[in-house]
Amino acid sequence: MKKKYFLNANIIDPKNSIEEIGGLIIGETGKIEAVGKKVNENNIPAREKYIDLKEKYIFPGLVDMRVFVGEPGYEYKENFKTLSTAALAGGVTSVVTMPNTSPVIDNVSIVDFLKRRGRDKSKINIFPTASLTKNLEGTNMTEFGLLQKKGIVAFTDGTKTIQNTRLMSRIIRSAYDLDCLVMQHAEDYELSKDGMVNDGIIATKLGLQGIPDIAEKIIIERDLSLLEDYNCRYHISQISSSKSIDLINQRKQRVNFTTGVSINNLSLNENDIGDFKTFLKLSPPLRTEDDRISLIKGINNNLIDVIVSDHKPEDEEQKRLTFSQATTGASGIETFLSLALELFHNGSIKLSKLISLITSNPAKILNIDKGTLSIGTDADFSIVDLYKPLIVKKEKMKSKSKNTCIEDKKLQGIVTNTFVKGEELFKI
Amino acid sequence: MASTSKKAIKVSQKHLLGIQDLSISDINQILSEAKKFISLNKSKNKKINILRGKTQINLFFEPSTRTQSSFELAGKRLGADVMSMNITNSAIKKGETLIDTAMTLNAMHPDIIVIRHQDSGACNLLSQKVNCAVLNAGDGRREHPTQALLDALTIIDRKKKIEGLKIAICGDILHSRVARSNIYLLNMLGAEVNIVAPSNLMPKDIEKLGVNTFSDMKKGLKDCDIVMMLRLQNERMTSSFLSSNREYYEYYGLTPDKLNHAKNNALIMHPGPMNRGIEIDTKLADDMNRSLIKEQVELGVAVRMACLKIFCE
Repeated sequence: MKKKYFLNANIIDPKNSIEEIGGLIIGETGKIEAVGKKVNENNIPAREKYIDLKEKYIFPGLVDMRVFVGEPGYEYKENFKTLSTAALAGGVTSVVTMPNTSPVIDNVSIVDFLKRRGRDKSKINIFPTASLTKNLEGTNMTEFGLLQKKGIVAFTDGTKTIQNTRLMSRIIRSAYDLDCLVMQHAEDYELSKDGMVNDGIIATKLGLQGIPDIAEKIIIERDLSLLEDYNCRYHISQISSSKSIDLINQRKQRVNFTTGVSINNLSLNENDIGDFKTFLKLSPPLRTEDDRISLIKGINNNLIDVIVSDHKPEDEEQKRLTFSQATTGASGIETFLSLALELFHNGSIKLSKLISLITSNPAKILNIDKGTLSIGTDADFSIVDLYKPLIVKKEKMKSKSKNTCIEDKKLQGIVTNTFVKGEELFKI
Repeated sequence: MASTSKKAIKVSQKHLLGIQDLSISDINQILSEAKKFISLNKSKNKKINILRGKTQINLFFEPSTRTQSSFELAGKRLGADVMSMNITNSAIKKGETLIDTAMTLNAMHPDIIVIRHQDSGACNLLSQKVNCAVLNAGDGRREHPTQALLDALTIIDRKKKIEGLKIAICGDILHSRVARSNIYLLNMLGAEVNIVAPSNLMPKDIEKLGVNTFSDMKKGLKDCDIVMMLRLQNERMTSSFLSSNREYYEYYGLTPDKLNHAKNNALIMHPGPMNRGIEIDTKLADDMNRSLIKEQVELGVAVRMACLKIFCE
């Protein structure tokens, strides 16, 4: 591979606190050789051609901590190839995949298969998770230690929650012994039973069963209490309400844990569901505008560490049903960055802060060498035209499933090029 | 005869999906049209032909006696060809989706489809997929617009007005589409609405719809002109909401003792079917001087005729 030189870009690398105009040099092996303001026309070899990125931005490749891929078992929804194409178009170069596949990622041999498929078919970095319990049944633990040795970065039951408190306490102890990361989707099933939308005026008006915000809070409260005895690496996959923010604020000093939020809960609220838009049937549900605002405050007060796309490709036929029959989730990996940038453009979150929640923070939690432009690391990054407008259209989407929840939304900020290990894999 | 008037009546909506979508003028038009059919329904020859040549399909996914027969009768009296689909024998039982059923029926060129479905919003989905008008005969817990319209007509028939009346809606509000449609309609027509229910059957944030809420029935009935009782919908209850029917009757059943807190001339309504001895004392239900339950059924046909006529045009 030839050396590559990029100059005059706005470089954002939260891990190294870089936010300056400068350049980037990619070495022949696809690693970053130099970065920052010291890299300019005066200190690169005169005979070398360089790419002038005046007015453009360079971000580290995004690390998306919550992605559903249909492989194995649901290839008609998304496979590794279509996922990578969609991810690259959105500047995402590393994804954490959920274990809710068929079969479930719950044993060592399926991990071997998954890694091979990921390596052969995927152009981005795949970091698979395994389930916390066998077949996601919430009864017996999987082999955390052996799975971790095979390259599993975290353990989660994906869209499911461990309901049994005794089992959860045992999971936390095992994860503590083996230094494993546990990621919990927080939802008390008894309280959320048959629920479809936030429990409030919209649920009442639409005549739909509500999911109360305490269904989330009670599980978080339980898990954080369990962590007081054995503080394993613990991450709340997604929160959705101001009640959860208040609780996290109270417990932050007492135990170590991290928290994620879906970009959908930061950008939309329950009113967007309108006239039964099934594409906005999400889990956790979209809540009130007050909840949305407190999530943004939570980010600015360092109570939330990660933003995820919660990319859940679903066959459109499964959305063309009545609201209660329709499946849950939205495809969103390729609009992830543009939608996140809306929070910068509307003044909610500062740019470097925003980028840290989708690059360096998740990498740190996962303990992986990604989401940064540090010298010596793989050159995974994207070039972004920060102010260029776009309108989200499902027919333009590259994901195999077009179930976007932001159809026709007007956004600003487009990825023009994405590089993985120094190689340009996407160009607009 | 006024009811055979050929003059087209314009409403703001193509479909009747819920009271929420209607304007006051729409409602007044439907009610005034319905009034004209009341006498027709009492006359010897009940049939007119204003919908001759029109096809009405009744699509009832949930069991129904009064609403389905009322819609069927209404269509027939107006001269329409009425077909009631038997869901148990249809392709829906074979796994066909609502949209596919809609497309199939649409290909037969009906002029109006009347739908009842267990899922909230089913009629909205149907209306997006067919060319004809869709009338909602009840969707999940969301709306039951013709029931609210017939309730309004019944109240006006007795009290001559709705504006300024104090009306209590009592019972299983959580699962009730009748309650929701009535709240919208009565509010629009200027009534003061009290909602009475145990907290377990009170929908979240319902006071934001502009009603007063009470868990104490006696307080909720105070000075009311109308007491509207709702059926306890055991079939929609997935877990324990109440300890027992007898305790429910003790605290939320309409008894002469509780009714005494309302105005002396307060009238009783119930959309049916009734659970006698659970939400209402059986004697009160049959009390000719106080109960409007029979009138509700009677005027229901007139209201549905009005809706069919207006939305078929």
